[in-house]
Amino acid sequence: MTSLMWEPRQDAEPVREKAPRWWSAPPRPVWEEEPGKAGVASKGLVLALACLGVLFPLWIVVVTSLSSRKTIDEAGGLVMVPKSITFIAYQELLSGGQVTRATVISVLVTLVGTIFSMTVSVLCAYGLSRSGSVGHRWILMLLLATMFFSAGLIPTYLLVQTLGLTDSYLALILPSAISVFNILVLRGFFIGISQELIDSARIDGAGDFRILWQIVMPLSRAVIAVITLFYAVGYWSAWFNASLYLNDQDMMPLQNVMIQLVQKQEAPVGMGQAIKTGQLSALAVQMAVMVMALLPVAVLSPFVQRHFKKGMLTGAVKG
Amino acid sequence: MSHSTVPRSKVEAETTEKSPVAPGGATGSREKQRPDKVSLRLRFRRDRVLLLMTLPAVLLVLLFNYVPILGNVVAFQDYDPYISDNGVVSMLNSPFVGLENFQRIFEDSAFWNAVQNTLVLFFLQLVLFFPIPILLALLINSVIRPRVRAVAQAVLYLPHFFSWVLVIAVFQQLFGGAGIFSQLLRQHGYDGLDFMTDPDTFKFLITAQSVWKDAGWGIIVFLAALSSVSPDLYEAAAMDGANRWRRMWHVTLPALRPVIALLLVLRVGDALTVGFEQILLQRDMVGPGASEVLDTFVWWTGVRNQDFGYAAAAGLVKGVVSLGLVLAANKVAHLMGEQGVYKK
Repeated sequence: MTSLMWEPRQDAEPVREKAPRWWSAPPRPVWEEEPGKAGVASKGLVLALACLGVLFPLWIVVVTSLSSRKTIDEAGGLVMVPKSITFIAYQELLSGGQVTRATVISVLVTLVGTIFSMTVSVLCAYGLSRSGSVGHRWILMLLLATMFFSAGLIPTYLLVQTLGLTDSYLALILPSAISVFNILVLRGFFIGISQELIDSARIDGAGDFRILWQIVMPLSRAVIAVITLFYAVGYWSAWFNASLYLNDQDMMPLQNVMIQLVQKQEAPVGMGQAIKTGQLSALAVQMAVMVMALLPVAVLSPFVQRHFKKGMLTGAVKG
Repeated sequence: MSHSTVPRSKVEAETTEKSPVAPGGATGSREKQRPDKVSLRLRFRRDRVLLLMTLPAVLLVLLFNYVPILGNVVAFQDYDPYISDNGVVSMLNSPFVGLENFQRIFEDSAFWNAVQNTLVLFFLQLVLFFPIPILLALLINSVIRPRVRAVAQAVLYLPHFFSWVLVIAVFQQLFGGAGIFSQLLRQHGYDGLDFMTDPDTFKFLITAQSVWKDAGWGIIVFLAALSSVSPDLYEAAAMDGANRWRRMWHVTLPALRPVIALLLVLRVGDALTVGFEQILLQRDMVGPGASEVLDTFVWWTGVRNQDFGYAAAAGLVKGVVSLGLVLAANKVAHLMGEQGVYKK
């Protein structure tokens, strides 16, 4: 009897498959052989080392920027293992003065520049994306040709000087405002949007600007996110034009201030005292400046990452 | 792409092309007009908004990419920047000296030093940098766990978005006189080493910085090419008894070949441009002997020494040779049966 009682219980307790975890691998196709343990291990090791090569230097920089003077002195310089956490370097840097001003300048130039570049590029890319429109081949040739030559540093310098842009923030935005490559990537994406969709909007009475804004742009969020990131990173990272066209040290953006403070080891203006009296380590200040330069990029780029391949591919193939 | 007289959209196509077929045919003379007979004036009217949209970009490109070409006139002048704050006024008032600037360049040992450094760096980067993204892409492509792939990609792409100022500052913390490497050496009783100021190792340092910053980003092109390979090919190869390595050799690598060829062409065409910002930032630490490349030579003679005519001449030489290289590299690609940058 007991055996009869027990038998139906077998399906009450079915063979449970392990629930897939986030790290578990998707099933392999049947024809693919399982990789050997040594292979998997060596692959993992190489990949881990590569990632470590990127992250370890950043770790040192971040940890040192957050360390107290005492920890830094004990470590004899850069700190690998955090022992104390203090934000004093950041407080000092952001409480007005050279670095605060440079950060504000960099943020503003990046914002204004990116908006300007995106507006010009998206308009141009859409203007060139409708096949058969008059003159678009010629304009495309005009843009493409610039990828094969550059007028040279000296003539460009003389032009900016002649236009009266020296000592103006326009010199940081206008000369490098558009990248033909970015326009081609955007155009490649816009071309892929079905003509029927655009035609139906046109029948409903929408003009080209409205079609671009209400149909093309919302459909192209991925590529627009990627190109916006490219432009923003370009403006945020730029230092050469500022060093060439700006003479006033008070106008310099963050990257140029970083050259002075970190590479040339100068004490930041107005902070020398705090460093001399021993409250603050000069090294922590330098590392904090570096963290401020890398933080926006490090935070933003992973969000856009999943669009990279899509954005790059369509542009590359159809450009 | 089709001939430019093809109507822009199907709506227009219907009014011009297909309406003769439509029953009734009550639409006057316009229906008989063939699409390629639409007058240029009408097409301009039709596309004026599109043209207007491209205008800002076209103006910017004309102003900042084409107009400066005229400025290369100073390469044939003894340009005097102190005549006026306005570059054009100075240009108009500076005496022409013919090819004297070019003659000076070819006799200048500093110029030839820059040429040599540029070429050495180009070959060093070609050998040490170029294969790394390919190998990393093959590695990541063979990882099947999506999360692991995403995390590895995020980490490896990251340095591409850092500025050169930051990358060099990071390297200073690693390999500089006060860097972590010297720190460890000193703690174990050795002397510290400063790679940031060592002219002998400078070219390897530059290459290492390039690898750290951009090798990860280079993966993306190859991953895209790899993901476009049909899995059927792998399956068919496996059915035919090809193991993992043979599949890589006979399926994966042929799929990568066009991309590799294209990138090689681009790289060779760009051979004379080796990390201008990167090297300029470190020029003073190492000295021009080991670090001067063509672009920094132009910067130094022009911007620093105010010898504009001479610098412009050096820039012009570089520009013309570069253009030749791009065209030659494409030619070679075409001969090899690859597409190159532009089609034949």
